[in-house]
Amino acid sequence: MYYAKRNRLIGLAYLAPAIVFVSLFTAYPFLQMVWVSFNNWSLIEPPRPVGLDNFTRAFTDRQFWTSLGYTLKYTLLITPILMLAGYLLALLTARNTPINRLTRTLVFMPVVIGLGASSLLWYWLYSPRFGLVNRFLEDLGVIRQPVVWLGTDTDLSTWAIILSVVWKVLGFGMILFVAAIQAVPAEVSEAAMVDGATAWQRAWRVIVPLTMPTILLVTLVSMIGSLLAFDQFFLMTAGQPRNLTATAVFYVYLNSFPYLKLGYGAALSLILAVLILFFTVAQVVVTRRVRM
Amino acid sequence: MSAYGYAELRSQRRVTGALGVIWSRRTTFVAGVVCTALCAFAITPVALTVLSSFKSQGEEATSPPAYLPRGLDLESYQRLWNFQLGLPTYIFNSLGTAFLAITLALAVTIPAGYALARFPVPRKEAWFVFLLLGLIIPYQALLTPIFLMFAQLNLTNTLLGLAIIHTHIQLPFSLYVMRNSFEAVPRELDEAAVVDGANSWQVLTRVFLPSVRPAIITVALFSFITSWNEFLGALVMMNRGSSFTLPLVLWSNRATTTIGGTDWGVLQAGVTISIVPCVLFYLLLQRYYVSGLTSGAIK
Repeated sequence: MYYAKRNRLIGLAYLAPAIVFVSLFTAYPFLQMVWVSFNNWSLIEPPRPVGLDNFTRAFTDRQFWTSLGYTLKYTLLITPILMLAGYLLALLTARNTPINRLTRTLVFMPVVIGLGASSLLWYWLYSPRFGLVNRFLEDLGVIRQPVVWLGTDTDLSTWAIILSVVWKVLGFGMILFVAAIQAVPAEVSEAAMVDGATAWQRAWRVIVPLTMPTILLVTLVSMIGSLLAFDQFFLMTAGQPRNLTATAVFYVYLNSFPYLKLGYGAALSLILAVLILFFTVAQVVVTRRVRM
Repeated sequence: MSAYGYAELRSQRRVTGALGVIWSRRTTFVAGVVCTALCAFAITPVALTVLSSFKSQGEEATSPPAYLPRGLDLESYQRLWNFQLGLPTYIFNSLGTAFLAITLALAVTIPAGYALARFPVPRKEAWFVFLLLGLIIPYQALLTPIFLMFAQLNLTNTLLGLAIIHTHIQLPFSLYVMRNSFEAVPRELDEAAVVDGANSWQVLTRVFLPSVRPAIITVALFSFITSWNEFLGALVMMNRGSSFTLPLVLWSNRATTTIGGTDWGVLQAGVTISIVPCVLFYLLLQRYYVSGLTSGAIK
């Protein structure tokens, strides 16, 4: 009775706002992006169809490849650090004791802070003359002269940003790993202990394999996040030196907005979306297998 | 989730033998030291920023800088209050956008969660996948076409336009949380209401809304945090100073004064103001935050 035929229409009516929202603000812009990418458009002049020009141009655009390569390098550097540190932290704090709860609460706190705010916070800490990082290192005697952390040396800038992002997002992986580790049945670990396994053997041979789906999931979520990085680079180095620390999203932004090359920006967006799609599909497949 | 976790077992080593006791105590000590160090690492950058926001202008200009302020000076907050169009405008913009984003998210996901959990909607699975489209296409890639559309609809530089983008970012997560929560409500509850003659709207408002309250809080909380903090969408959509949100103002303080040097006091005070509501909500609603994160990311 409750599931009578007219309920189909009522159900569709309740679903309608969501369908309209996604159609207007996700599906339609996506289709428009595909269309715009085959045109040259600067807002001042009307769009002019150019076929595949924007895509062929992307393949010969050295700055695009530099940005893409840099984004990949950043992702490959930060992901292992986040996974390893997050997992070790989770192993350390998985048990619900007061000090572990406190550590979890505090380490997770930077996750709720905005990336914009945290980037500017670190931008100050890294400031050569007015930042506390240089002051601290000078007090320790590690450095004699103030170090210019951001915007002059590519590697130094990258590692400085990585440290700030690790500080900000470490708690995200940790919380998910803790949930996964706590879900490992006690009997399994007990059995391993009875068999004489040491703590490290239990962690490596029992806990890690049983939480592998979560490890994969967090790795993918974190990689997608890094591949789409923008705020921290825009705010901390502004792409300097010589746009060598401009990420892929940064370069898309530069083309679409300050330069108003909308067609080219759309083509770059599309290429980026396709690259990300690979990781997203993997994420969805993994997510479907995880049950907590 | 097992309450009897892995680490509980580790503590049992204490009873396994004399060597176990020594090893375990040392481990406990080392673990305590590591935890303390981690807490310090997590809290120090924020604490130093908040404390430095109370430095006087003279102290701000000192190089090398002092770790702590000499007194409790509110000069930085005064300069932030009067920065460009004044802090109240920007706080109004940020709060207004967040409020609209929360409203939109709930208005869209509550009925959708209800429909997905209880109604025999034709091709339901296909619709659900369609609604999660935002998960597949990163919003960063969609900003150019959304900007073009909003320019035509006069939605650029409006709080509503930005709120739509923020809703879009959070939609897949909100939808997941809401659907799961509606599905978890026992069917006897709403079926009994139907037998009593309630129509679908009455079932939604009287039976479901009280039952899915935790999901509503979770969706509202995540919508707020996303909207309050979001930077790139605001940077693209809001190019008029009067419609800047808080993150944009902080950026413009860094960007406009690079020649004369960034006003570090305004930066520290601004960062403090942006952090406070997030940390406050997190500490008050930690339960919703963590459960939302685990269920949203895992299920």
